[in-house]
Amino acid sequence: MTEPLVEARDLRRTFTVRTRGEGRREVVAVRDVSFAVHPGEMVGYIGPNGAGKSTTVKMLTGILVPTSGHLRVAGLEPSRHRRRLAQRIGVVFGQRTSLWWDLPLRDSFALLQKVYRTDPARHSANLDRFTELLDLGRLLDTPVRQLSLGQRMRGDIAAALLHDPDVLYLDEPTIGLDVVSKGRLREFLRTLNAERGVTLMLTTHDLQDIEAVCDRVVVIDHGTIVHDGSLEDLRTRGGSTRTLVVDLVDEAPPVDVPGATTTRVEGPRQWLSFPADASAAPVVAAVAAAYDVADLSLQEPDIEQVIRELYAGR
Amino acid sequence: MADLLARAVAPAVDFTRIGALWVRASMAYPVSFWLLAVSSFLITGLDFAGIVVILGNIDDLGGFGLHEIAFLYGASGLGIAFADLLVGRVERLGQMIRLGRLDVMMVKPVPLLVQVCADEFALRRLARVLQAGVVFGVGCWTVDWTLPRVGASVVMVVCSALIFFSLFVGLACVQFWTTDSAEVASAFTYGGNTVTSYPLSVFPSEVVKALTFVVPIAFVSWYPALFVLGRPDPFGLPSWLQHAAPVAAAVCLLAAGLAWRAGVRHYRSTGS
Repeated sequence: MTEPLVEARDLRRTFTVRTRGEGRREVVAVRDVSFAVHPGEMVGYIGPNGAGKSTTVKMLTGILVPTSGHLRVAGLEPSRHRRRLAQRIGVVFGQRTSLWWDLPLRDSFALLQKVYRTDPARHSANLDRFTELLDLGRLLDTPVRQLSLGQRMRGDIAAALLHDPDVLYLDEPTIGLDVVSKGRLREFLRTLNAERGVTLMLTTHDLQDIEAVCDRVVVIDHGTIVHDGSLEDLRTRGGSTRTLVVDLVDEAPPVDVPGATTTRVEGPRQWLSFPADASAAPVVAAVAAAYDVADLSLQEPDIEQVIRELYAGR
Repeated sequence: MADLLARAVAPAVDFTRIGALWVRASMAYPVSFWLLAVSSFLITGLDFAGIVVILGNIDDLGGFGLHEIAFLYGASGLGIAFADLLVGRVERLGQMIRLGRLDVMMVKPVPLLVQVCADEFALRRLARVLQAGVVFGVGCWTVDWTLPRVGASVVMVVCSALIFFSLFVGLACVQFWTTDSAEVASAFTYGGNTVTSYPLSVFPSEVVKALTFVVPIAFVSWYPALFVLGRPDPFGLPSWLQHAAPVAAAVCLLAAGLAWRAGVRHYRSTGS
Protein backbone atom coordinates (compact mmCIF):
# COMPACT_ATOMS: atom_id res chain seq x y z
CA MET A 1 0.00 0.00 0.00
CA THR A 2 1.14 3.57 -0.62
CA GLU A 3 2.35 5.86 2.13
CA PRO A 4 -0.54 7.40 4.04
CA LEU A 5 -1.18 11.05 3.26
CA VAL A 6 -2.64 11.72 6.69
CA GLU A 7 -1.39 9.78 9.67
CA ALA A 8 -2.62 10.31 13.21
CA ARG A 9 -1.50 8.24 16.15
CA ASP A 10 -2.87 8.70 19.67
CA LEU A 11 -3.80 12.23 18.80
CA ARG A 12 -5.11 14.11 21.80
CA ARG A 13 -6.22 17.64 22.46
CA THR A 14 -7.37 19.00 25.77
CA PHE A 15 -8.73 22.41 26.65
CA THR A 16 -8.66 24.12 30.00
CA VAL A 17 -12.03 25.59 30.78
CA ARG A 18 -12.87 27.84 33.63
CA THR A 19 -16.33 27.37 35.01
CA ARG A 20 -17.88 29.41 37.73
CA GLY A 21 -17.78 27.56 41.01
CA GLU A 22 -15.73 24.60 39.86
CA GLY A 23 -12.67 26.60 38.87
CA ARG A 24 -10.34 25.21 36.21
CA ARG A 25 -11.15 21.96 34.54
CA GLU A 26 -9.48 19.92 31.80
CA VAL A 27 -11.75 18.89 28.97
CA VAL A 28 -10.56 16.26 26.52
CA ALA A 29 -11.89 17.25 23.09
CA VAL A 30 -10.05 14.55 21.15
CA ARG A 31 -8.97 11.45 23.02
CA ASP A 32 -6.10 9.41 21.60
CA VAL A 33 -7.46 9.18 18.07
CA SER A 34 -5.58 7.10 15.49
CA PHE A 35 -6.30 6.79 11.77
CA ALA A 36 -4.57 6.92 8.41
CA VAL A 37 -5.87 8.28 5.12
CA HIS A 38 -4.29 7.13 1.87
CA PRO A 39 -4.02 9.15 -1.34
CA GLY A 40 -7.28 9.22 -3.27
CA GLU A 41 -9.53 8.17 -0.39
CA MET A 42 -12.79 9.95 0.27
CA VAL A 43 -13.41 9.98 3.99
CA GLY A 44 -16.48 11.22 5.81
CA TYR A 45 -15.94 12.35 9.36
CA ILE A 46 -19.14 12.44 11.34
CA GLY A 47 -20.23 12.84 14.92
CA PRO A 48 -22.65 14.83 17.06
CA ASN A 49 -21.98 18.46 17.95
CA GLY A 50 -19.00 18.77 20.26
CA ALA A 51 -17.72 15.28 19.42
CA GLY A 52 -14.31 16.57 18.37
CA LYS A 53 -14.71 16.73 14.57
CA SER A 54 -13.70 20.35 14.17
CA THR A 55 -10.91 20.02 16.71
CA THR A 56 -9.48 17.11 14.70
CA VAL A 57 -9.69 19.01 11.41
CA LYS A 58 -8.06 22.06 13.01
CA MET A 59 -5.16 19.91 14.16
CA LEU A 60 -4.84 18.34 10.69
CA THR A 61 -4.64 21.78 9.10
CA GLY A 62 -2.16 23.15 11.66
CA ILE A 63 -4.56 25.63 13.25
CA LEU A 64 -4.46 23.91 16.62
CA VAL A 65 -1.40 22.41 18.25
CA PRO A 66 -2.10 18.84 19.49
CA THR A 67 -1.66 18.29 23.22
CA SER A 68 0.02 14.96 22.52
CA GLY A 69 0.32 12.27 19.88
CA HIS A 70 1.86 11.89 16.46
CA LEU A 71 0.51 13.67 13.39
CA ARG A 72 1.79 13.89 9.83
CA VAL A 73 0.04 15.32 6.80
CA ALA A 74 1.82 15.08 3.45
CA GLY A 75 4.96 14.26 5.43
CA LEU A 76 4.78 17.47 7.45
CA GLU A 77 3.97 18.19 11.07
CA PRO A 78 0.98 20.53 10.60
CA SER A 79 1.36 23.05 13.45
CA ARG A 80 5.13 23.33 12.98
CA HIS A 81 5.10 23.64 9.17
CA ARG A 82 1.75 25.33 8.80
CA ARG A 83 2.65 27.53 5.85
CA ARG A 84 4.41 24.80 3.89
CA LEU A 85 1.45 22.54 4.55
CA ALA A 86 -0.90 25.26 3.27
CA GLN A 87 0.58 24.74 -0.19
CA ARG A 88 -0.41 21.07 -0.10
CA ILE A 89 -3.93 21.30 1.31
CA GLY A 90 -7.17 23.05 0.52
CA VAL A 91 -9.62 23.95 3.27
CA VAL A 92 -13.24 25.01 2.98
CA PHE A 93 -15.05 26.14 6.10
CA GLY A 94 -18.75 25.89 5.32
CA GLN A 95 -19.79 28.88 7.36
CA ARG A 96 -16.89 31.18 6.58
CA THR A 97 -15.66 32.50 3.31
CA SER A 98 -12.11 33.24 2.28
CA LEU A 99 -13.33 35.35 -0.63
CA TRP A 100 -13.34 39.14 -0.82
CA TRP A 101 -16.90 40.14 -0.03
CA ASP A 102 -16.97 43.32 -2.09
CA LEU A 103 -14.95 42.21 -5.09
CA PRO A 104 -15.76 39.96 -8.04
CA LEU A 105 -14.86 36.30 -7.63
CA ARG A 106 -12.21 36.75 -10.30
CA ASP A 107 -10.20 39.15 -8.10
CA SER A 108 -10.04 36.74 -5.17
CA PHE A 109 -8.85 33.99 -7.51
CA ALA A 110 -6.18 36.28 -8.99
CA LEU A 111 -4.83 37.07 -5.52
CA LEU A 112 -4.69 33.37 -4.66
CA GLN A 113 -2.52 32.70 -7.72
CA LYS A 114 -0.10 35.35 -6.43
CA VAL A 115 0.10 34.32 -2.78
CA TYR A 116 0.31 30.59 -3.51
CA ARG A 117 2.76 31.40 -6.31
CA THR A 118 0.97 28.92 -8.54
CA ASP A 119 2.38 28.58 -12.03
CA PRO A 120 0.24 31.02 -14.09
CA ALA A 121 -0.45 28.51 -16.86
CA ARG A 122 -1.44 25.87 -14.32
CA HIS A 123 -3.63 28.38 -12.50
CA SER A 124 -5.53 29.41 -15.59
CA ALA A 125 -5.98 25.78 -16.71
CA ASN A 126 -7.39 24.96 -13.27
CA LEU A 127 -9.58 28.02 -13.27
CA ASP A 128 -11.03 27.07 -16.68
CA ARG A 129 -11.72 23.52 -15.57
CA PHE A 130 -13.34 24.48 -12.25
CA THR A 131 -15.32 27.25 -13.91
CA GLU A 132 -16.77 24.61 -16.19
CA LEU A 133 -17.34 21.95 -13.54
CA LEU A 134 -18.78 24.32 -10.95
CA ASP A 135 -20.65 26.42 -13.49
CA LEU A 136 -18.97 29.64 -12.35
CA GLY A 137 -18.86 31.31 -15.77
CA ARG A 138 -21.48 33.96 -15.19
CA LEU A 139 -20.41 34.48 -11.59
CA LEU A 140 -16.75 35.40 -12.09
CA ASP A 141 -17.50 39.08 -12.49
CA THR A 142 -20.12 39.30 -9.76
CA PRO A 143 -19.17 40.73 -6.35
CA VAL A 144 -19.18 37.91 -3.81
CA ARG A 145 -21.75 39.65 -1.60
CA GLN A 146 -24.30 39.28 -4.41
CA LEU A 147 -23.86 35.52 -4.73
CA SER A 148 -26.30 33.04 -3.23
CA LEU A 149 -25.03 30.71 -0.53
CA GLY A 150 -24.70 27.84 -3.01
CA GLN A 151 -22.86 30.00 -5.52
CA ARG A 152 -20.54 31.34 -2.86
CA MET A 153 -19.79 27.82 -1.66
CA ARG A 154 -18.85 26.81 -5.20
CA GLY A 155 -16.58 29.86 -5.37
CA ASP A 156 -14.94 28.92 -2.06
CA ILE A 157 -14.37 25.36 -3.22
CA ALA A 158 -12.74 26.54 -6.45
CA ALA A 159 -10.59 28.93 -4.38
CA ALA A 160 -9.40 26.03 -2.21
CA LEU A 161 -8.41 23.97 -5.25
CA LEU A 162 -6.65 26.38 -7.60
CA HIS A 163 -3.20 25.60 -6.19
CA ASP A 164 -3.58 21.84 -6.82
CA PRO A 165 -3.73 20.60 -3.22
CA ASP A 166 -3.28 16.90 -2.43
CA VAL A 167 -5.98 16.94 0.23
CA LEU A 168 -9.20 18.90 0.39
CA TYR A 169 -10.85 19.34 3.79
CA LEU A 170 -14.45 20.37 3.74
CA ASP A 171 -16.10 21.40 6.98
CA GLU A 172 -19.89 21.13 6.61
CA PRO A 173 -19.81 21.93 2.88
CA THR A 174 -23.53 21.43 2.27
CA ILE A 175 -24.88 23.19 5.35
CA GLY A 176 -27.73 25.49 4.41
CA LEU A 177 -27.76 24.49 0.73
CA ASP A 178 -30.90 23.47 -1.14
CA VAL A 179 -31.36 19.97 -2.53
CA VAL A 180 -30.25 20.83 -6.06
CA SER A 181 -27.11 22.65 -4.90
CA LYS A 182 -26.23 19.78 -2.57
CA GLY A 183 -26.57 17.31 -5.41
CA ARG A 184 -24.35 19.30 -7.73
CA LEU A 185 -21.73 19.76 -5.09
CA ARG A 186 -21.57 16.04 -4.35
CA GLU A 187 -21.34 15.31 -8.05
CA PHE A 188 -18.46 17.76 -8.34
CA LEU A 189 -16.57 16.16 -5.46
CA ARG A 190 -16.83 12.74 -7.08
CA THR A 191 -15.58 14.13 -10.39
CA LEU A 192 -12.73 15.90 -8.64
CA ASN A 193 -11.62 12.69 -6.99
CA ALA A 194 -11.93 10.62 -10.14
CA GLU A 195 -10.23 13.16 -12.41
CA ARG A 196 -7.41 14.39 -10.20
CA GLY A 197 -7.14 11.85 -7.41
CA VAL A 198 -7.62 14.58 -4.79
CA THR A 199 -8.03 13.06 -1.33
CA LEU A 200 -11.20 14.27 0.35
CA MET A 201 -11.99 14.58 3.99
CA LEU A 202 -15.34 16.02 4.89
CA THR A 203 -17.12 16.62 8.13
CA THR A 204 -20.85 16.74 7.89
CA HIS A 205 -24.13 16.23 9.66
CA ASP A 206 -25.79 15.18 6.44
CA LEU A 207 -25.50 11.43 5.96
CA GLN A 208 -26.51 11.80 2.34
CA ASP A 209 -23.21 13.61 1.77
CA ILE A 210 -21.48 10.52 3.04
CA GLU A 211 -23.61 8.12 1.03
CA ALA A 212 -23.12 10.09 -2.16
CA VAL A 213 -19.44 10.89 -1.83
CA CYS A 214 -17.49 8.85 0.70
CA ASP A 215 -16.17 5.34 0.48
CA ARG A 216 -15.16 5.38 4.10
CA VAL A 217 -16.75 6.81 7.19
CA VAL A 218 -15.17 7.64 10.52
CA VAL A 219 -17.58 8.21 13.39
CA ILE A 220 -16.33 10.13 16.39
CA ASP A 221 -18.13 10.62 19.66
CA HIS A 222 -16.88 12.14 22.91
CA GLY A 223 -13.49 12.54 21.26
CA THR A 224 -13.10 8.84 20.47
CA ILE A 225 -13.45 7.00 17.17
CA VAL A 226 -16.39 4.61 17.47
CA HIS A 227 -16.40 3.42 13.86
CA ASP A 228 -13.91 3.44 11.01
CA GLY A 229 -14.86 1.58 7.85
CA SER A 230 -17.23 1.49 4.93
CA LEU A 231 -20.81 2.68 5.08
CA GLU A 232 -21.89 -0.97 4.59
CA ASP A 233 -19.93 -1.99 7.69
CA LEU A 234 -21.69 0.74 9.59
CA ARG A 235 -25.06 -0.57 8.45
CA THR A 236 -24.39 -4.11 9.58
CA ARG A 237 -23.07 -3.04 12.95
CA GLY A 238 -24.88 -3.53 16.22
CA GLY A 239 -27.24 -6.27 14.94
CA SER A 240 -28.85 -3.98 12.44
CA THR A 241 -31.57 -5.46 10.32
CA ARG A 242 -33.15 -4.91 6.96
CA THR A 243 -36.88 -4.89 6.59
CA LEU A 244 -39.06 -6.47 3.92
CA VAL A 245 -42.44 -4.77 3.62
CA VAL A 246 -45.03 -7.19 2.22
CA ASP A 247 -48.44 -6.14 0.88
CA LEU A 248 -50.66 -9.24 0.81
CA VAL A 249 -53.78 -9.48 -1.29
CA ASP A 250 -55.81 -10.29 1.82
CA GLU A 251 -55.34 -9.75 5.50
CA ALA A 252 -53.60 -12.68 7.10
CA PRO A 253 -52.07 -13.77 10.42
CA PRO A 254 -48.34 -12.90 10.81
CA VAL A 255 -46.30 -14.37 7.98
CA ASP A 256 -44.10 -17.25 9.03
CA VAL A 257 -41.08 -17.91 6.80
CA PRO A 258 -37.58 -19.19 7.70
CA GLY A 259 -34.87 -16.59 8.20
CA ALA A 260 -37.16 -13.70 9.03
CA THR A 261 -39.44 -12.54 11.81
CA THR A 262 -42.59 -10.51 11.46
CA THR A 263 -42.32 -7.38 13.53
CA ARG A 264 -45.51 -5.58 12.63
CA VAL A 265 -48.90 -6.25 11.01
CA GLU A 266 -51.24 -3.55 9.76
CA GLY A 267 -54.18 -4.88 7.73
CA PRO A 268 -52.79 -6.60 4.64
CA ARG A 269 -49.35 -4.98 5.13
CA GLN A 270 -46.66 -6.78 7.15
CA TRP A 271 -43.09 -5.92 8.13
CA LEU A 272 -40.56 -8.76 8.16
CA SER A 273 -37.08 -8.13 9.49
CA PHE A 274 -33.98 -10.18 8.78
CA PRO A 275 -30.22 -9.68 9.43
CA ALA A 276 -28.64 -6.92 7.34
CA ASP A 277 -25.84 -9.19 6.15
CA ALA A 278 -28.24 -11.89 4.85
CA SER A 279 -29.57 -11.98 1.31
CA ALA A 280 -33.15 -10.85 0.77
CA ALA A 281 -33.73 -13.34 -2.07
CA PRO A 282 -34.63 -16.50 -0.04
CA VAL A 283 -36.97 -14.49 2.20
CA VAL A 284 -38.72 -12.99 -0.80
CA ALA A 285 -38.96 -16.40 -2.48
CA ALA A 286 -40.40 -18.03 0.64
CA VAL A 287 -43.02 -15.31 1.09
CA ALA A 288 -44.01 -15.37 -2.59
CA ALA A 289 -44.32 -19.17 -2.55
CA ALA A 290 -46.57 -19.32 0.51
CA TYR A 291 -48.76 -16.21 0.12
CA ASP A 292 -50.60 -14.15 -2.46
CA VAL A 293 -48.40 -11.08 -2.65
CA ALA A 294 -49.63 -7.80 -4.12
CA ASP A 295 -46.41 -5.85 -3.64
CA LEU A 296 -42.98 -6.01 -1.98
CA SER A 297 -40.44 -3.42 -0.93
CA LEU A 298 -37.12 -3.60 0.85
CA GLN A 299 -35.97 -1.08 3.46
CA GLU A 300 -32.25 -0.67 4.12
CA PRO A 301 -31.34 -0.22 7.77
CA ASP A 302 -31.82 3.36 8.84
CA ILE A 303 -28.26 4.65 9.08
CA GLU A 304 -29.28 7.48 11.36
CA GLN A 305 -30.69 4.88 13.71
CA VAL A 306 -27.43 2.94 13.59
CA ILE A 307 -25.47 6.05 14.43
CA ARG A 308 -27.83 6.97 17.24
CA GLU A 309 -27.21 3.51 18.66
CA LEU A 310 -23.46 4.01 18.29
CA TYR A 311 -23.60 7.32 20.16
CA ALA A 312 -25.87 5.85 22.84
CA GLY A 313 -23.63 2.80 23.18
CA ARG A 314 -20.95 4.81 24.86
CA MET B 1 20.65 34.19 -4.59
CA ALA B 2 17.76 35.76 -6.49
CA ASP B 3 15.54 33.06 -5.06
CA LEU B 4 16.70 33.87 -1.53
CA LEU B 5 15.97 37.53 -2.10
CA ALA B 6 12.55 36.74 -3.52
CA ARG B 7 11.75 34.71 -0.42
CA ALA B 8 12.97 37.45 1.89
CA VAL B 9 10.75 40.12 0.35
CA ALA B 10 7.79 37.78 -0.20
CA PRO B 11 5.97 38.85 3.00
CA ALA B 12 6.23 42.52 2.02
CA VAL B 13 5.04 41.74 -1.51
CA ASP B 14 2.10 39.76 -0.14
CA PHE B 15 1.26 42.55 2.30
CA THR B 16 1.14 45.02 -0.60
CA ARG B 17 -1.01 42.71 -2.72
CA ILE B 18 -3.51 42.00 0.06
CA GLY B 19 -3.54 45.66 1.11
CA ALA B 20 -4.14 46.82 -2.46
CA LEU B 21 -7.07 44.44 -2.79
CA TRP B 22 -8.63 45.87 0.39
CA VAL B 23 -8.22 49.39 -0.93
CA ARG B 24 -9.97 48.33 -4.14
CA ALA B 25 -12.67 46.60 -2.12
CA SER B 26 -13.31 49.80 -0.16
CA MET B 27 -13.85 51.58 -3.50
CA ALA B 28 -16.96 49.45 -3.88
CA TYR B 29 -18.63 52.03 -1.65
CA PRO B 30 -17.30 55.29 -3.11
CA VAL B 31 -19.38 57.62 -0.95
CA SER B 32 -18.28 55.88 2.21
CA PHE B 33 -14.69 55.81 0.96
CA TRP B 34 -14.55 59.57 0.39
CA LEU B 35 -16.45 60.45 3.57
CA LEU B 36 -14.02 58.38 5.63
CA ALA B 37 -11.02 59.86 3.83
CA VAL B 38 -12.21 63.44 4.32
CA SER B 39 -13.21 62.89 7.94
CA SER B 40 -9.93 61.26 8.82
CA PHE B 41 -8.00 64.18 7.29
CA LEU B 42 -10.28 66.58 9.18
CA ILE B 43 -9.69 64.82 12.49
CA THR B 44 -5.92 64.80 12.11
CA GLY B 45 -6.11 68.41 10.88
CA LEU B 46 -8.01 69.47 14.01
CA ASP B 47 -5.53 67.53 16.09
CA PHE B 48 -2.81 69.55 14.41
CA ALA B 49 -4.63 72.84 15.06
CA GLY B 50 -4.79 71.84 18.73
CA ILE B 51 -1.01 71.46 18.89
CA VAL B 52 -0.46 74.79 17.18
CA VAL B 53 -2.69 76.49 19.76
CA ILE B 54 -0.91 74.84 22.68
CA LEU B 55 2.55 75.52 21.35
CA GLY B 56 1.61 79.08 20.41
CA ASN B 57 0.64 79.85 24.00
CA ILE B 58 3.69 78.49 25.75
CA ASP B 59 7.27 79.41 25.10
CA ASP B 60 8.62 76.73 27.25
CA LEU B 61 7.64 73.27 28.54
CA GLY B 62 10.02 71.47 30.87
CA GLY B 63 12.79 73.73 29.62
CA PHE B 64 12.15 73.00 25.92
CA GLY B 65 11.10 75.56 23.34
CA LEU B 66 8.39 75.39 20.69
CA HIS B 67 10.46 73.96 17.85
CA GLU B 68 12.07 71.43 20.14
CA ILE B 69 8.67 70.23 21.32
CA ALA B 70 7.55 69.98 17.69
CA PHE B 71 10.63 67.84 17.03
CA LEU B 72 9.71 65.45 19.88
CA TYR B 73 6.06 65.42 18.88
CA GLY B 74 6.90 64.74 15.24
CA ALA B 75 9.35 61.95 16.03
CA SER B 76 6.89 60.09 18.23
CA GLY B 77 4.00 60.88 15.88
CA LEU B 78 5.79 59.64 12.77
CA GLY B 79 6.73 56.44 14.57
CA ILE B 80 3.23 55.59 15.69
CA ALA B 81 1.71 56.72 12.36
CA PHE B 82 3.97 54.39 10.35
CA ALA B 83 3.41 51.55 12.80
CA ASP B 84 -0.35 52.13 12.74
CA LEU B 85 -0.38 52.23 8.93
CA LEU B 86 1.40 48.89 8.70
CA VAL B 87 0.35 46.88 11.75
CA GLY B 88 -2.42 48.86 13.44
CA ARG B 89 -4.98 46.22 12.44
CA VAL B 90 -3.43 43.74 14.83
CA GLU B 91 -5.54 45.48 17.49
CA ARG B 92 -8.54 43.69 15.98
CA LEU B 93 -7.04 40.26 16.57
CA GLY B 94 -9.69 39.34 19.15
CA GLN B 95 -12.45 40.09 16.69
CA MET B 96 -10.76 38.01 14.00
CA ILE B 97 -10.53 35.14 16.47
CA ARG B 98 -14.21 35.42 17.43
CA LEU B 99 -15.42 35.53 13.84
CA GLY B 100 -13.21 32.57 12.88
CA ARG B 101 -11.37 34.67 10.31
CA LEU B 102 -8.05 33.82 11.90
CA ASP B 103 -8.68 30.14 11.11
CA VAL B 104 -9.14 31.01 7.44
CA MET B 105 -5.88 32.98 7.47
CA MET B 106 -3.99 30.17 9.17
CA VAL B 107 -4.49 27.80 6.25
CA LYS B 108 -3.02 30.26 3.73
CA PRO B 109 0.69 30.20 2.79
CA VAL B 110 1.26 33.84 3.85
CA PRO B 111 2.72 34.59 7.32
CA LEU B 112 -0.17 35.01 9.72
CA LEU B 113 1.02 38.37 11.04
CA VAL B 114 1.21 39.75 7.49
CA GLN B 115 -2.37 38.68 6.82
CA VAL B 116 -3.65 40.05 10.12
CA CYS B 117 -1.94 43.41 9.56
CA ALA B 118 -3.00 43.73 5.92
CA ASP B 119 -6.60 42.96 6.81
CA GLU B 120 -8.93 45.82 5.83
CA PHE B 121 -5.92 47.95 4.96
CA ALA B 122 -6.98 51.58 4.46
CA LEU B 123 -4.96 54.34 2.86
CA ARG B 124 -6.66 56.99 4.98
CA ARG B 125 -4.27 56.05 7.79
CA LEU B 126 -1.68 57.93 5.72
CA ALA B 127 -3.30 61.12 7.04
CA ARG B 128 -1.58 60.66 10.38
CA VAL B 129 1.79 60.14 8.72
CA LEU B 130 1.29 63.38 6.81
CA GLN B 131 0.28 65.33 9.89
CA ALA B 132 3.17 64.05 11.99
CA GLY B 133 5.51 64.73 9.09
CA VAL B 134 4.47 68.39 8.96
CA VAL B 135 5.01 68.82 12.71
CA PHE B 136 8.37 67.07 12.45
CA GLY B 137 9.31 69.45 9.63
CA VAL B 138 8.53 72.41 11.90
CA GLY B 139 10.69 70.85 14.60
CA CYS B 140 13.59 70.34 12.19
CA TRP B 141 13.59 74.01 11.21
CA THR B 142 15.83 75.30 13.99
CA VAL B 143 18.06 72.25 14.47
CA ASP B 144 21.74 72.99 14.02
CA TRP B 145 22.28 70.25 11.45
CA THR B 146 25.45 68.19 11.22
CA LEU B 147 25.91 64.88 9.44
CA PRO B 148 25.75 62.76 12.65
CA ARG B 149 22.57 64.59 13.64
CA VAL B 150 20.92 63.87 10.28
CA GLY B 151 21.86 60.21 10.64
CA ALA B 152 20.61 60.10 14.22
CA SER B 153 17.28 61.63 13.15
CA VAL B 154 16.72 59.02 10.46
CA VAL B 155 17.62 56.22 12.90
CA MET B 156 15.31 57.80 15.47
CA VAL B 157 12.26 57.75 13.20
CA VAL B 158 12.94 54.18 12.06
CA CYS B 159 13.41 52.96 15.65
CA SER B 160 10.37 54.90 16.78
CA ALA B 161 8.27 53.07 14.19
CA LEU B 162 9.81 49.71 15.16
CA ILE B 163 9.20 50.25 18.87
CA PHE B 164 5.55 51.18 18.31
CA PHE B 165 5.28 48.28 15.85
CA SER B 166 6.49 45.92 18.61
CA LEU B 167 4.11 47.42 21.15
CA PHE B 168 1.14 46.98 18.81
CA VAL B 169 2.02 43.37 18.03
CA GLY B 170 3.31 42.29 21.44
CA LEU B 171 0.34 43.68 23.34
CA ALA B 172 -2.19 42.39 20.82
CA CYS B 173 -0.94 38.89 21.66
CA VAL B 174 -2.75 39.20 24.99
CA GLN B 175 -5.89 38.65 22.92
CA PHE B 176 -4.80 35.09 22.11
CA TRP B 177 -5.48 34.41 25.78
CA THR B 178 -8.29 36.83 26.54
CA THR B 179 -9.92 37.19 23.07
CA ASP B 180 -10.67 40.73 24.21
CA SER B 181 -9.18 43.62 26.16
CA ALA B 182 -7.80 45.48 23.15
CA GLU B 183 -7.90 48.58 25.37
CA VAL B 184 -4.98 47.39 27.50
CA ALA B 185 -2.77 47.70 24.43
CA SER B 186 -4.07 51.19 23.60
CA ALA B 187 -2.92 52.42 27.01
CA PHE B 188 0.65 51.63 25.99
CA THR B 189 0.56 52.48 22.29
CA TYR B 190 -1.54 55.65 22.10
CA GLY B 191 -0.80 56.46 25.75
CA GLY B 192 2.91 56.02 25.06
CA ASN B 193 2.62 58.28 22.04
CA THR B 194 1.02 61.02 24.15
CA VAL B 195 3.72 60.81 26.80
CA THR B 196 6.61 60.83 24.34
CA SER B 197 5.18 63.75 22.36
CA TYR B 198 6.39 66.15 25.05
CA PRO B 199 9.68 66.61 26.90
CA LEU B 200 10.06 63.92 29.53
CA SER B 201 11.68 66.53 31.77
CA VAL B 202 8.18 67.37 33.02
CA PHE B 203 8.05 63.96 34.76
CA PRO B 204 9.76 62.77 37.96
CA SER B 205 12.93 60.80 37.29
CA GLU B 206 11.34 57.50 38.45
CA VAL B 207 8.82 57.74 35.63
CA VAL B 208 11.56 58.45 33.10
CA LYS B 209 13.57 55.45 34.34
CA ALA B 210 10.50 53.24 33.95
CA LEU B 211 10.01 54.55 30.40
CA THR B 212 13.67 53.76 29.71
CA PHE B 213 14.17 50.34 31.23
CA VAL B 214 10.69 48.81 31.65
CA VAL B 215 8.64 49.94 28.66
CA PRO B 216 11.37 51.62 26.62
CA ILE B 217 9.27 54.19 24.83
CA ALA B 218 11.58 57.01 25.92
CA PHE B 219 13.69 55.88 22.94
CA VAL B 220 11.04 56.76 20.33
CA SER B 221 11.83 60.47 20.70
CA TRP B 222 13.38 61.63 23.95
CA TYR B 223 16.91 60.19 24.00
CA PRO B 224 17.76 60.53 20.29
CA ALA B 225 16.25 64.03 20.33
CA LEU B 226 18.53 65.08 23.22
CA PHE B 227 21.47 64.24 20.95
CA VAL B 228 20.08 65.90 17.83
CA LEU B 229 19.07 69.04 19.75
CA GLY B 230 22.43 69.11 21.55
CA ARG B 231 20.85 69.01 24.99
CA PRO B 232 22.39 67.52 28.13
CA ASP B 233 20.21 64.92 29.84
CA PRO B 234 18.21 66.82 32.52
CA PHE B 235 18.26 63.71 34.72
CA GLY B 236 22.01 63.23 34.33
CA LEU B 237 21.56 59.74 32.83
CA PRO B 238 24.51 58.41 30.76
CA SER B 239 24.81 59.90 27.29
CA TRP B 240 25.17 56.51 25.54
CA LEU B 241 21.43 56.12 26.08
CA GLN B 242 21.02 58.77 23.39
CA HIS B 243 22.37 56.27 20.85
CA ALA B 244 20.72 53.18 22.28
CA ALA B 245 17.41 53.41 20.37
CA PRO B 246 18.40 50.58 17.94
CA VAL B 247 19.11 48.33 20.93
CA ALA B 248 15.76 49.20 22.51
CA ALA B 249 14.01 48.58 19.17
CA ALA B 250 15.76 45.21 18.76
CA VAL B 251 14.78 44.12 22.28
CA CYS B 252 11.17 45.18 21.66
CA LEU B 253 11.02 43.37 18.31
CA LEU B 254 12.42 40.20 19.86
CA ALA B 255 9.95 40.32 22.75
CA ALA B 256 7.03 40.94 20.36
CA GLY B 257 8.16 38.09 18.11
CA LEU B 258 8.34 35.67 21.02
CA ALA B 259 4.95 36.79 22.32
CA TRP B 260 3.43 36.28 18.86
CA ARG B 261 4.87 32.78 18.55
CA ALA B 262 3.67 31.83 22.01
CA GLY B 263 0.24 33.27 21.21
CA VAL B 264 -0.13 31.33 17.96
CA ARG B 265 0.89 28.11 19.68
CA HIS B 266 -1.55 28.77 22.48
CA TYR B 267 -4.36 29.66 20.07
CA ARG B 268 -7.47 27.60 20.73
CA SER B 269 -9.77 28.73 17.95
CA THR B 270 -13.52 29.06 18.44
CA GLY B 271 -16.32 26.53 18.80
CA SER B 272 -16.71 25.25 15.27
